[in-house]
Amino acid sequence: MNWQALLPLIGLLLIIFGVGIWAGKYIKFSNTFLQDYFLGGRSLGGFVLAMTMTATYGSASSFIGGPGTAYTEGLGWVLLAMTQVSTGYFVLMVLGKKFAIMTRKYKALTMVDFLKERYQSKWVVLISAFSIIIFLFSAMAAQWIGGARLIESLVGIPYTTALFIFALLVLIYVVIGGFRAVALTDAIQGTIMFIGTLILLIATIIAGGGISNIISDLNAENPNLITPYGAEGTLSPAFVSSFWILVGVGVVALPQITVRAMSYRDSRSMHRAIIIGTIVVGVIMLNMHLIGVFARPILPSIEVGDKVMPLIALEVMPNWLAGIVLAAPMAAIMSTVDSLLLLVSSSVVKDVYLNYMEPNASHQRVKRLSIGVTATLGVIVFLMALNPPDLIIWLNLFAFGGLEAAFIWPIVMGLYWRKGNKYGALASMVTGIGLYVLSDTFFPQPFGLHSVVLPVVVSFFAYVLVSLGTQNDSVSEAPS
Amino acid sequence: MKHENRSDNDPRYKVANREALIGVGLVIFNFIWWFAFAYGLGGKDPSEYTYVFGLPAWFFYSCVLGFVVMAVLVTIVVKKWFVEVPFDEEGDGK
Repeated sequence: MNWQALLPLIGLLLIIFGVGIWAGKYIKFSNTFLQDYFLGGRSLGGFVLAMTMTATYGSASSFIGGPGTAYTEGLGWVLLAMTQVSTGYFVLMVLGKKFAIMTRKYKALTMVDFLKERYQSKWVVLISAFSIIIFLFSAMAAQWIGGARLIESLVGIPYTTALFIFALLVLIYVVIGGFRAVALTDAIQGTIMFIGTLILLIATIIAGGGISNIISDLNAENPNLITPYGAEGTLSPAFVSSFWILVGVGVVALPQITVRAMSYRDSRSMHRAIIIGTIVVGVIMLNMHLIGVFARPILPSIEVGDKVMPLIALEVMPNWLAGIVLAAPMAAIMSTVDSLLLLVSSSVVKDVYLNYMEPNASHQRVKRLSIGVTATLGVIVFLMALNPPDLIIWLNLFAFGGLEAAFIWPIVMGLYWRKGNKYGALASMVTGIGLYVLSDTFFPQPFGLHSVVLPVVVSFFAYVLVSLGTQNDSVSEAPS
Repeated sequence: MKHENRSDNDPRYKVANREALIGVGLVIFNFIWWFAFAYGLGGKDPSEYTYVFGLPAWFFYSCVLGFVVMAVLVTIVVKKWFVEVPFDEEGDGK
């Protein structure tokens, strides 16, 4: 057991824990409970907003899987990862003020609330709620695996024990503190990610004897590592460019991101968040993936990609510093998990239960249910994560792609195109998800593109054509 | 909930629409910059690469400089053209 590395990590977890419990005090036990628990009372400032968005997205996929894949593929994967810079400004600019204004008008607390008011359709709500529950559930499982892996390789305890510790920590502060706890801990975690990756990158460059040296080592091992095409030359421009949709602009449709786009206090917070978010996402993505690539000449034979980050940290830095820096990926995973957990729970309680099962449930009951569902979900994910697959990144991306294909047009067109209606939204969601699952299973890379691209394009036409074709049936359903 | 003002008459939505278009414009610019440098300079054989600060030139211009340019551009655009509007109305919420 590596106590020197472990102590700083424990310290960090305690701080996060404390913040979560402190935030829990703010939750009023009144009729604003739901707004407080699931949306933090719409009070986020610019810095916290930027950080919580970054931290939610900069998840295990990018933090553990990302550097691992960069280690295998070389600079081509860093190029791919940099497509995520666009999320920093694009999401808030496009959802932007219109989404903030409309969700306040509708008194929406979740993305599904927005869709419900905009389209006035039970089926839109049910399909959305269930796709969120299913897809985010698998994303969450992937994240927990990442978290447990990290503890496993850092501390040297068995995977199951690690998973248990991780699950317990996250569950307690999410259950108690709700969205405000999640957003505040995200801000701390985002800051740690920012500084942690910076220190680790510098330490890695020094250990590798400077950038030029590292690049020529890579070149000597396999020249493909320093091209944009990946180690085997398999990363085609079309495939890599597809990630502009998957991890770039498509992110506007991820429920855990959109919920943040309704949680900020005012325009000023939003403006600040755009600037801070762009810079922070860019720095973190660039550093983190470069670390993966630069680790290769230093530690040439790592088998499991997920372990690159912890191993390189322990290699190039003193143990105590590695402990502090490794809090960064830990932070990334926790901040994604906590958001997803809360979101799935809000879907169950708010979107399904309150809408269709028991609209008049008492506040006391809603509160108990929210907390109970959050806790139960956590336990189920824990059980699922006990038997994990090896590379978590693909599992994770599958979930995100599915949600993007489902929601991108119902949200974006719902905001900016008055003629869009429930039939269009339904057609778009069904086409998006159906085609994505089919295409991912049977034609993994149609035309050399990532399987998310085609469903997104086709579901756009489904939305527009079906909406236009059914104009007469839904005269009065444009947003008022 | 019925509101009298139709969505397209709300002056705040004009601001919102314009800013959304700016976002789309920025992303297109970002993509072109990223793609042109990566595959324009990186498409050659690695033995012909030139280097900037030890990094292959394609990577430096596409990923490092490209990111810096975007950060600066976003800052300028937000400071200059983004308008502050209130989100609440009719005294609902605080």
